[in-house]
Amino acid sequence: MTTTDTSAPPALDTQLDFLRAMIEIRSFEDECHRMFAQGLVRGSTHLCQGQEAVVVGACRALREGDTMSCTYRGHGAVLAMGSALDRSFGEILGKAKGLCGGKGGSMHLTDMERGVLGSFAIVGAHLPIATGAAFAARYRGTGAVTLCFFGDGATNIGAFHEALNLASIWRLPAIFVCENNLYGEYSPIATTTPVERLADRADAYAMAKARVDGNDVLAMHAAVAEAAARGRAGEGPTLIEALTYRQKGHSRSDPASYRPEGELEAWLERDPILLCERALREAGIAQERLDGVRAAAERSVDEALERAKGWPDPDPATRLEHVYA
Amino acid sequence: MTEITYKQAITRAIGDALEADGDVFLFGEDVGAAGGAFKTTDGLFERFGPERVLDTPISEQAIVGCAIGAAVQGLRPLAEIMFADFAGVCFDQIATELAKYRYMTNGQVALPVTIRMANGAGAGFGAQHSQAVENWFLNVPGLKIVVPGTPADAYGLLRAAVEDPDPVLYFEHKGLFNVKGELGEAPARVELGRAEVVRAGEHVTVVATQLMRHRALEAAEALSGEGVAVEVIDPRTLVPLDLETIGASIDRTNLLVVVQEAPPGGSWGASLISALMQERFEMLDAPPLLIATDETPVPYAGPLEAAHLPSAERIADGIRRTLAY
Repeated sequence: MTTTDTSAPPALDTQLDFLRAMIEIRSFEDECHRMFAQGLVRGSTHLCQGQEAVVVGACRALREGDTMSCTYRGHGAVLAMGSALDRSFGEILGKAKGLCGGKGGSMHLTDMERGVLGSFAIVGAHLPIATGAAFAARYRGTGAVTLCFFGDGATNIGAFHEALNLASIWRLPAIFVCENNLYGEYSPIATTTPVERLADRADAYAMAKARVDGNDVLAMHAAVAEAAARGRAGEGPTLIEALTYRQKGHSRSDPASYRPEGELEAWLERDPILLCERALREAGIAQERLDGVRAAAERSVDEALERAKGWPDPDPATRLEHVYA
Repeated sequence: MTEITYKQAITRAIGDALEADGDVFLFGEDVGAAGGAFKTTDGLFERFGPERVLDTPISEQAIVGCAIGAAVQGLRPLAEIMFADFAGVCFDQIATELAKYRYMTNGQVALPVTIRMANGAGAGFGAQHSQAVENWFLNVPGLKIVVPGTPADAYGLLRAAVEDPDPVLYFEHKGLFNVKGELGEAPARVELGRAEVVRAGEHVTVVATQLMRHRALEAAEALSGEGVAVEVIDPRTLVPLDLETIGASIDRTNLLVVVQEAPPGGSWGASLISALMQERFEMLDAPPLLIATDETPVPYAGPLEAAHLPSAERIADGIRRTLAY
């Protein structure tokens, strides 16, 4: 969480940090995919390979005291806020030292110390909660903003509309980021949604909007920095549509065979990590340094996973804790 | 001591809660300038201003979600859902977000949320505005459920609810708004989970809440002329439930009658009887009796609604049959 200057792109060192964060998320998700295949993890998982630039660009435009909420496809967003790799793995593995002590799992990573209000698994349900977090910031005059990620499918559920409407009439410092990855579960967005530009939903709430290349980490960063400045200035919420692509299926049981031929390949050419590396090379960063960033990121993920795997399971008695205060 | 109505007790409790703690804010549909659909928030907007008493759109999901988000950021939201029936519109927010948020994050968040809702039948509002909604939430751990039946309880339980660290659903009964009772200058809070023995008696234990508490008292009065001493207990909160007080009464009377304003299935009365049967089967001299409504929606016309709800006469008859077993 570094710069909030909306006028200039972040320094190259900061951009290298973005790259490292994206590679960590990619590597983390690839490991999750393997862990599921190996039967190490329960239930289901929803991976975000291909969408790393959205969360890294957005979260790194926040500052201390800001908050973030996301969906069950939220590993990347949580890591982008700076949550520990090992405790995130630990939660997915159901370990006592996981972020939620093994009570949450893959779909509910939460880390209040990092401003991560939670990962929510009912589509759209956390948008009103984000509105409430933004209300608290305004009520207390903290100057904080809250960032809320959700998918394209969420724009068709009632909670989306109620949350945006309330945030707009109260001019709350909320930034709603729609990750338009073209599919709501298994259905292409065009079959479920009559508007092509989801950002245009903002017009119904007289809300500021932006449509951004979600695979361009700097574009995401700039858009969120601008929205955050708007929120902090008391000028209300923003809806950002981030155009991106889910490189894997909806969940671990989905091979995504419904995708038209060539679609995945075309998007892989616009992979956000490749794009970021290319831009950094063009800015004069040596390939060797980029390779070093990649190696360091992958190593930290590997080491974190090894640590988490070694942690003990939760004591069954802890299942009775935290129902009430 | 002055005599005030149940409705006035609620207004006073809200005002005192707002006065006592700057983190408390009141919001809901028409709670502000209009003073509430039932005038339970009359004068509070003028007294505390638009920052702390806020009108919302007709958006129950946004109301409850906003309460959740504000609570996890340190505020004490006091939300109003105008008719308790509208809880169905925001059931996800109450049952799946609010009730589980603390648990699935392993206690990382506090949810001191109070949701007030106008509950119950008897006033001719028809099937969609008359339900005894408290029963819907009995099977959802993480919520506390409060059902005041008198002005003193309405005041004392609301103050306790707002100060409670957990989510509290506070049901105010529409049929009791004009019931009068004494309230002192500095009225006491009523601890959640503490039943009240409203009328002492040695022959039979009758448990009832809200409107049925008053009808049970009428029945007890009628039966006293027949030499029957009825003990009437009002649990006042259904979660937590004071089984101890009710159980101790049964140990003395050996007879149990439960009166509720709801169909029998999946209700608090059925749960109470089940719990007591498991603990005290041998203490009972007769089968426990559940006096409930018909298993139909609440009808509109006066004679139909009157026949639907347990009357004092029906309650007295039930008690007589239990005594005669």
